[in-house]
Amino acid sequence: MDGIAIEVQNLKKSYGDLEAVAGIDVQVRQGEVYSLLGPNGAGKTTTVEILEGYRERTSGEVNVLGYDPARGERSFKQRIGIVLQSTGVEPYLTVEEVVELHRGYYPSPRPLDEVIEVVELTAKRKSRVGKLSGGQQRRLDVAVGLAGDPELLFLDEPTTGFDPSARRHAWAMVKNLQALGKTVFLTTHYMDEAQNLADRAAIIVGGRIVAEGPPGTLGGRAEAPTSVTFQLPPHAPPLPEHLHPHVSSSRGVHLEATEPMKTLHDLTGWALEHDVELESLSVARPSLEDVYLSLTGEPSDAAASSPAVPAGERPT
Amino acid sequence: MSSAALALREVRYQNKAFWRNPASAFFTFAFPLMFLVIFNLLFGNAKRVIEGQTTTTATFYVPAIAAFSVITACYTNIAISLSFTRDGGILKRVRGTPLPAWAFMAGRIVHATLMAVLLVVIVCLFGVLFYDVSIPTNTMPAFLVTLIVGAASFCALGLAITCIIPNGDASPAIVNASILPLLFISDIFIPLQGAPAWLTTFAKVFPVWHFSKAMQAAFNPFETGSGFHLTDLAVVAAWGLAGMFIAARFFSWEPRR
Repeated sequence: MDGIAIEVQNLKKSYGDLEAVAGIDVQVRQGEVYSLLGPNGAGKTTTVEILEGYRERTSGEVNVLGYDPARGERSFKQRIGIVLQSTGVEPYLTVEEVVELHRGYYPSPRPLDEVIEVVELTAKRKSRVGKLSGGQQRRLDVAVGLAGDPELLFLDEPTTGFDPSARRHAWAMVKNLQALGKTVFLTTHYMDEAQNLADRAAIIVGGRIVAEGPPGTLGGRAEAPTSVTFQLPPHAPPLPEHLHPHVSSSRGVHLEATEPMKTLHDLTGWALEHDVELESLSVARPSLEDVYLSLTGEPSDAAASSPAVPAGERPT
Repeated sequence: MSSAALALREVRYQNKAFWRNPASAFFTFAFPLMFLVIFNLLFGNAKRVIEGQTTTTATFYVPAIAAFSVITACYTNIAISLSFTRDGGILKRVRGTPLPAWAFMAGRIVHATLMAVLLVVIVCLFGVLFYDVSIPTNTMPAFLVTLIVGAASFCALGLAITCIIPNGDASPAIVNASILPLLFISDIFIPLQGAPAWLTTFAKVFPVWHFSKAMQAAFNPFETGSGFHLTDLAVVAAWGLAGMFIAARFFSWEPRR
């Protein structure tokens, strides 16, 4: 287990006929933020709950910090922190009391003030849990997960339902944990979350991992063509043929560039030569979202705006 | 921290949370007293005969309502509150911490038992102050032992019944359906005089009847012995053990919807 926090081999989990997890391999290094990204029902929660020790696996090898989580050993639970998908805290206790109660469960907990500070609930420490907002309760969930100063923290969709600023705060918190050398296993269905936080991410669809790697190269993003778009003014001369432009009816142009520097050079050179203004010029590498949508088989925005079903096959 | 210390800590936090829901706390305590007052109003003029001696209705009802208090504080409260706690995901969360399961359960049981004892004290005081009931002295050990055995057993049964309660919303219905009929046929709410023999035989299968008998005996002012009804206590304890076994085997930390 040198430097490896989580090692999973050919993990399978079936509920009756339904195969929720269909044989996945995962390896998470110590100190790494690893994200399991996928749509609802892809098997994320089943996987993370097997790693946490809540579910028994149907088959496969699972090793978390040198333990088999299914055995539910106390010494294992002392070293991990769990933030479940849904909130569950005694509503009549105060923030401070809940954190203190949980600190008592662990052999070397994090200082009380520090835990409350990290989740930015210092101003609410004397408030009853039942009186907190949804976002504040979620932060308290995270505080409870951190109370024991775990070396490995599981976060199951930690920012679902957060407003944008709360999400930024949550992300800053995860980055703090990473700076402290903690390992974080995160599930999310937000691509920007994986993009911002994860050292490595895996995309899971239908219980299978379809892509894995650093978010920047995930699913062949590094090799995929760059897309160049702009608006062509009326009466402009035709674009050079070798750029293979796609021109829409509203004169929007889309180019796929495998050598973006050369393409841009040719394009801007052509525009200067013909005195053509390239309005709204943008150059974009495929986003994680594009990769994700193509891998999960969900229609992307571009596909959604055109008829999804050929005219002849539409139901009548 | 040792496991026993962890369990005591659970009791402390459980107690804090309990008193911070004043409406719930108030009715937990007011409910048995309401029954005591109502039954005394309804049947107050009648004289009761206990083991050949005539006594007042209140002398019958104080131990009966004390038994009812124990059942409410232990069986009913544990079953309903655990079902809602389970729905809220709190049990699942506890399961993921290093807190041993038994320490969590012990915390709940000890707290419920303390509440039951407090309730019984209040019911007895109420009886002394308003109904001129005398507290027995020679049977006091029997009364205390019966109280503790009953409280522990009904706590265990409260844990056991959660195994068939699918969610919090269903819990009051299931808990009441399982306990109210027994309260009526076990000499607690109304004296069983002239009930058909088969009904009494049926009631004797369950722990409520035996608990009420043991409490009555330990509160009987005419009792000259120790007041221990060991057979009844044994039946109550056996049910408690069965409950513990079922809970240990089938208890669920997550809701089934």
